Amino acid sequence: MPYGPHTADDRAAMLRAIGVDSVDELFDDIPKALRASPLRLPDPEPELDLAIRLTALAERNRTNLAFFLGAGAYRHWSPPVVDQMLLRGEWYTAYTPYQPEISQGTLQSIYEYQSLLAELTGLGVVSASHYDGAAATAEGALMACRATRRDRVLVSRAVHPHYRRTLETYFEGAGLRADELPITTEGGTAGTTDLAALERELADSERPVGGVVVAQPNFLGLLESMPDVVRLAHAAGALVVAVVEPVSLAVLAPPGAYGADIAAGEGQPLGIPLQYGGPYLGILACTDALVRQIPGRLVGQTTDLEGRRAFVMTLRAREQDIRRERAASNICTNQALLALAASIYLAALGPHGLRDVAAMGAARATELEAALAAAGAPRIHPGAYLNEFAIRVPDAPAVHARLVDQGVLAGLPLASIMPDEPSLADALLVCATEVTTPAEIDRFATALAAELGTGGADRRQPEVAGVR
Amino acid sequence: MGVVGNPLQPTLAERSRPGRGGGKIPHPPKDALARIPAGQRRAEPPALPELAEPELVRHYVNLSQLNYAVDTGFYPLGSCTMKYNPKLDEWAARLPGFARLHPLAPDAVAQGTLELLWDLERWLAELSGMAAVTLQPAAGAHGELTGILMIRAYHRSRGDLERTEVLVPDSAHGTNPATATMAGFRTVSIPSAPDGGVDVDAFRAALGPRSAAIMITNPSTLGLFERRIGELLEAVHAAGALAYMDGANLNAILGRFKPGEAGFDVMHINTHKTFSTPHGGGGPGAGPVGVGETLLPFLPAPRVLREPDGSFRLEREGERPTSIGRVRSFVGSTGVLVRAYAYLAAHGGSGLREVSDDAVLAANYLKHRLGAAYDLPFARHCKHEFVASAASLKKRTGVRTLDVAKRLIDKGFHPPTVYFPLNVEESMLIEPTETESRETLDAFADAMLEIAREAETEPELVRSAPHTAPVRRLDEATAARQPDLRWRAMRGAETPCPD
Amino acid sequence: MAVPADLRYTKDHEWVRVEGDIATVGITAYAADQLGDVVFVELPEAGRSLQQAAPFGVVESVKAVSDLFAPVDGEVAAANEELATKPELVNSEPYGSGWMIRVRVADPGQLEQLLDASAYESLIAEA
Repeated sequence: MPYGPHTADDRAAMLRAIGVDSVDELFDDIPKALRASPLRLPDPEPELDLAIRLTALAERNRTNLAFFLGAGAYRHWSPPVVDQMLLRGEWYTAYTPYQPEISQGTLQSIYEYQSLLAELTGLGVVSASHYDGAAATAEGALMACRATRRDRVLVSRAVHPHYRRTLETYFEGAGLRADELPITTEGGTAGTTDLAALERELADSERPVGGVVVAQPNFLGLLESMPDVVRLAHAAGALVVAVVEPVSLAVLAPPGAYGADIAAGEGQPLGIPLQYGGPYLGILACTDALVRQIPGRLVGQTTDLEGRRAFVMTLRAREQDIRRERAASNICTNQALLALAASIYLAALGPHGLRDVAAMGAARATELEAALAAAGAPRIHPGAYLNEFAIRVPDAPAVHARLVDQGVLAGLPLASIMPDEPSLADALLVCATEVTTPAEIDRFATALAAELGTGGADRRQPEVAGVR
Repeated sequence: MGVVGNPLQPTLAERSRPGRGGGKIPHPPKDALARIPAGQRRAEPPALPELAEPELVRHYVNLSQLNYAVDTGFYPLGSCTMKYNPKLDEWAARLPGFARLHPLAPDAVAQGTLELLWDLERWLAELSGMAAVTLQPAAGAHGELTGILMIRAYHRSRGDLERTEVLVPDSAHGTNPATATMAGFRTVSIPSAPDGGVDVDAFRAALGPRSAAIMITNPSTLGLFERRIGELLEAVHAAGALAYMDGANLNAILGRFKPGEAGFDVMHINTHKTFSTPHGGGGPGAGPVGVGETLLPFLPAPRVLREPDGSFRLEREGERPTSIGRVRSFVGSTGVLVRAYAYLAAHGGSGLREVSDDAVLAANYLKHRLGAAYDLPFARHCKHEFVASAASLKKRTGVRTLDVAKRLIDKGFHPPTVYFPLNVEESMLIEPTETESRETLDAFADAMLEIAREAETEPELVRSAPHTAPVRRLDEATAARQPDLRWRAMRGAETPCPD
Repeated sequence: MAVPADLRYTKDHEWVRVEGDIATVGITAYAADQLGDVVFVELPEAGRSLQQAAPFGVVESVKAVSDLFAPVDGEVAAANEELATKPELVNSEPYGSGWMIRVRVADPGQLEQLLDASAYESLIAEA
């Protein structure tokens, strides 16, 4: 065994002390009929061989493409100080801070995470984190039902499709109902949640709504009219769950400012690598009034016997280890190491740095929009966006596949993730962030223009030259 | 703990000084946000801390030194399998090809990771004796929810809507009943037999047409293998119910017992326990779920598939309508799974069997040594962990399990899990794992025996422990009565943005 | 631990003080001690109707949680709002300002089923 310390002498001495002749005797309690068949697994692989093989396996992934894919997971630059701090064994080889006297590092870091996210979201209470944006959104919707004692939520179809599917799975189990709100397809609000439909659904007194789930920016990158959503929902006694992207909160009005009761979202953009889907960071926040409804771990400030400030897990009687079948959620762990990463990232960038990340993404997106429009693929929706938007490309999935062959990851064909939305059948969802380079944009636009037979000479006009 | 001077640290907010920091991100053009309507913009910049990088690094390094961790010492936290985390695994997860891969990247771009996930599924299926494995769940409790939702879908697919109960022994982890509730079931708690094992007769009496499933941890939360598990599984299936195994204690039985072979229908695996992906101060974990043939159609989407040409792809949206659907975004916590893969490959089949052999050996050795001063309510050989109790010590000296735990901190050890399982008075659940040397096990045993002596001679010393930790016992009541969950009115962000 | 002689008790460690058709309900000093530091009490609103032996609220300590069971049928006349900000009163004055609800008793006969102080004293002596 590669990481075990025992020599043959050690084992023999321990067996002698216990009073058995062999380790097999310690497994006598497994009934003979139930003992395992031999393991059919590879032989142990020495670290050197394994390292070479893993390197080759990793290199089979193509990560050197010009890159315009977002759709809920975003490529950002994480200053090296973030990962170097995470590599300290005191952080990543500790567990849940059950013993606060020897866990003040983790406890204070979670308190700081709660504080930083409270500031970003404008809400008073932030959980120590959930699995990911989808699970946090589902938990947020369940919270809304618990708090209102109603059994139905309305979920905008402009919320990430994975979040909607996850929420459905959670709601199905809980015996609650999740109905979807359509996306407007025409006019100036095309691509955003249909507020007239929201108003109609909320007016159905037979089926009172506990929560309304809307994303800002929404899955298509567009800005929703959140104050209107809040006004309509609150008038009907429903809570609002705002699904947020944390970097955008440096420049966009936060949920607390427009009156949302609950915010949920994916914390991956805060310095956490893409790593094919996780581990990520589920953000869940709520108003002070809902503190007893929020599931998951919370850390609070207190004092020790000698009056020194210290931190401790608190309000624990809400959780599964004490409340068992009556707990609000079965969640046991949090994503502590990812919450730590997010905190270090935020502290490394500071308020101006985070704003610059958001604004630089918006600037690059403006360039991208112009370049793609010139290449013959204009934006589909007219409304305001931050750094992600949908473009019209005939036969989008096939074009997308051919562009990959040319070294361009041209965002996401929306038909692959929203097959039930005919208005988006010919659409690519593309995004830019602060790491998107003008050269990448040029490569994308040139390849796309060639695909579409538009030549794309106009694209080189310096419409946004100031940016460079 | 390495800090010179007061080890407690100011918060980031207290360290912040307006104007510090910067140099990370180029400044965007002034009009970058001009197209965002004024009403949609944030009125005030967020009050985030402003620190120069040297201060930031000291903050986090000094904070980290307030933590006890596997890398700093022995961490026998029962039920959590705090074994050594190999550094190769950290390195592997950070390989750029793995770390930079977007979760919605087309299959053609992701062949390396997809192959890794495919192999990992096969290996976990072999270890668990299951037909297939989903790697999606993000933690053990998330795996439980996935498993129980599949059981629900199975009964419903047969038109059997009457099965509303999940049977759980009283020694179970709290997540089991909480999971049952989340999946819409009523929990029926079954008392344990006097020997600590499942009471098969009590289960038989409770099983019936309303039973959807049982949830069993094996080895149990007492660290004992359920010797009557065969009978119990027969009774469960005869009643038309399915059997869920909580795999929290898989570290004891690798290569010795395959739950799927024995008749369990579904189980979760905690990669952060058995396969040594780091616990991260509370997470991330991963909770792959294995299923037998019965539940195969209901696995969450998407699965990793292998094409006839040997390439790999993810299931497409809606491809398998019997699926319970999604339990999270994207494909899973792949970064954790890369670490688990590296761990499994480094050990191979023979190494994994040795893992369990050594884990069980270490637990029995430590148990043997502690018998001199503590109650051992279950005499027979334990698996990878065991229950000790300070009940007699408390009667004699007034020193409770909590006090023993706190005094262990003074002796340089992380305490075991305390007051769990619930069905043993003054319980301590001790899990040494296979990566601790005999010297370490002996040092811990010596410390435990010394504490028992101190309880007789200087009980107040033990009752007021810890004495050497960065802080003493905390006022948890005030923390809960007047929750202070964030800092307020921090300074900073007073200077305007440079542009 | 003194058990006030003028009160009635339940097996679930609640006390009942009867004044006219109003019964005031709280948890006993013994129960408060078993729970440890009480940090939160969830109580019903006035007007809610209660059924004997059915849960009407929850009391939480730092490390435990316990249901509160209605000692008799009736309607909630008042809940102790002070406990929202001072849950510690349950520990410090369990029979006084730590009271939980006042119930308008529906069936006075049910009061007769409750334990008297000596019966309750022997109950906790056995525990």
